[in-house]
Amino acid sequence: MTTAAPQNDVEAAQAAPPGAARAVLDHARSYWAEVRSGEVGALPAVAGIIALCVFFGLSKPVFLSVGNLANLFGQGAAVACIAMGLVFVLILGEIDLSAGFASGVCASVMAVILTDWGLAWPLAIGAALATGVAIGLVLGTLVVKLGIPSFVVTLAAFLAFQGIVLMILGEGSNISINDETVKALAGGNLERWQGWALLVVTVAAYGAIQIQRWRRRIARSLVHEPLAVVLARVGALAALLTATVFLLNLERSANPQIISLTGVPVVVVILGGMFAIWTFVLHRTRFGRHLYAVGGNPEAAVRAGVNVDRVRIAAFVICSGMAAVGGVVAASRAASVDPNTGGSNVLLLSVGAAVIGGASLFGGKGTVRAALLGGAVVAIINNGMGLMGLSAGVRFGVTGAVLLLAAGVDAMSRGRGKLFGRH
Amino acid sequence: MLLELTGISKRFGPVEVLSDVDLAIDAGEVCALVGDNGAGKSTLVKCVAGIHDIDGGEIAVDGEVRTITGPRDAAALGIEVVYQDLALCDNLDVVENLFLGREKRRGIVLDDDAMEQLAAETLSSLAVRTIRNLRQPVASLSGGQRQTVAIAKAVLWNSRLVILDEPTAALGVAQTRQVLELIRRLADQGLAVLYISHNLNDVFAVADRIAALYLGRMAAVLDAADTTQSQVVELITSGRSGQLGLTDQNTDLNGARS
Repeated sequence: MTTAAPQNDVEAAQAAPPGAARAVLDHARSYWAEVRSGEVGALPAVAGIIALCVFFGLSKPVFLSVGNLANLFGQGAAVACIAMGLVFVLILGEIDLSAGFASGVCASVMAVILTDWGLAWPLAIGAALATGVAIGLVLGTLVVKLGIPSFVVTLAAFLAFQGIVLMILGEGSNISINDETVKALAGGNLERWQGWALLVVTVAAYGAIQIQRWRRRIARSLVHEPLAVVLARVGALAALLTATVFLLNLERSANPQIISLTGVPVVVVILGGMFAIWTFVLHRTRFGRHLYAVGGNPEAAVRAGVNVDRVRIAAFVICSGMAAVGGVVAASRAASVDPNTGGSNVLLLSVGAAVIGGASLFGGKGTVRAALLGGAVVAIINNGMGLMGLSAGVRFGVTGAVLLLAAGVDAMSRGRGKLFGRH
Repeated sequence: MLLELTGISKRFGPVEVLSDVDLAIDAGEVCALVGDNGAGKSTLVKCVAGIHDIDGGEIAVDGEVRTITGPRDAAALGIEVVYQDLALCDNLDVVENLFLGREKRRGIVLDDDAMEQLAAETLSSLAVRTIRNLRQPVASLSGGQRQTVAIAKAVLWNSRLVILDEPTAALGVAQTRQVLELIRRLADQGLAVLYISHNLNDVFAVADRIAALYLGRMAAVLDAADTTQSQVVELITSGRSGQLGLTDQNTDLNGARS
């Protein structure tokens, strides 16, 4: 097997540029064919982000300010974390409606341990994460072992968790968080040099993995991408991250004399870390492979010897666990926990983020990247419309419309897939 | 003999679905299993595959009597079944489907490249040229290509007996021919193939021997070369054809029982 392109069509050989350029062109062509056959992937979300940035940038120039860029990460982080967890459940074709209030329960647990009991932050955060895992274990077991539809189980949990938050906090009260470490999770910034160091490490790691994979495929004489495409991908990531770190390292305080505000927000590191871990789990481990298989065709997974029950329960555990992470981040940002933490529209925005990014409500499809990109869209809409001074009512309406649009794209790409012989 | 069934019986409650069925399959041959709906073809296959327990008789592999109590037992003996409703995941690609449940890993990381290479080797050893891109989702494949993947999945594991349940039922003419050629190649490579079909043209195109079930009993096992289609049709519909098949006494007994 070689990379060399078609032997059969003479005209193409004459018209097409030679060598590497041709290989790149072939690659682009096969990508386009994929898109046309319904594999739109991250395309709509990326296009949406660009369009929204242009629109809000033109109507409110402050939207494109460095300060607002840093803001966006903080505003979107909790929803993005919950959405990353939801992707695992969505891949199964299930849903977790309780993820929002699960994050509230976990945040309350943390706040009580931290403020009321006065214990150290590692204990408090550990307890919050453990609570999330325990919640997922219970939900998953109810869905999988008793066969109750996840919609119903998590709807019941949605109601119950609101009550649990009230009980933990005491009616109507809120608990403020004074621990500096916890507050720094969503509010703190890295030193300038730390941002650059992180950038170098990230790009080097990504580049090394990409090149190593490319070389391994050549060694096994498998079909591989042209080197130019691999390098372009690494270069694109480097350029994007460099621009981000550069901008975030600029002074963004209104009064730099009084207080200086620079550096990459800590929450960016949290999001990046979660993204890397879960992407690895989803695409490079046996569990991830089995998760997709169960979402695509449970019967086939059973016959292939996959422990379907365990995979499904694990997905719920990951979902609630990530809800706990989201809860910790939200509590850190607000520096307090109240009965509405993780409530109101948090869950719906999270589901919306995952679907806008390209996860399918029909199961079998979805990536962690989708949750991040969708989370960005949701955060940008809320942030931009807030800057424009539009009422909460309008914001809800527009977010709803975008979610509907995304679900429409999802349904249509399935339809288009059918047209091309997919089932 | 690779697989030897002796006196297999199976009942579901009061209904005797298989009674005293004998069948032997050797490596390197395609044995077709024919019979009308309800003759017991699928039940017989499921007994061999370990999905049903047998109520009587013996299953011997390589001359040794074995108890098969589950699909894993069957797989351990080198018996793989390709079911009619192909057990493939549409959202996974060809390689991922081939290795589903038996993924190769380095440490905890999936070794996708090794799997892809092995998949390519397996497909080329089966002379499959219809699947060009191993990284396309199975959903985008045609019926014949999907069947090919399902069969390749069964032979990937050093299996020795491949059982195919109606592999060409939903395929067009050209695709059916491809799958039949593939079945023939499996046998030529030394595997035993048990091929279940309703279509006698396909059966005669590929089978070395033909086993006809009639109402849960083995009417006859014949060399395909010495048999005509009309004989097989008679065996399927009435359990006998001239001197072949069940004796009158047997058919009467059967009539009395049902």
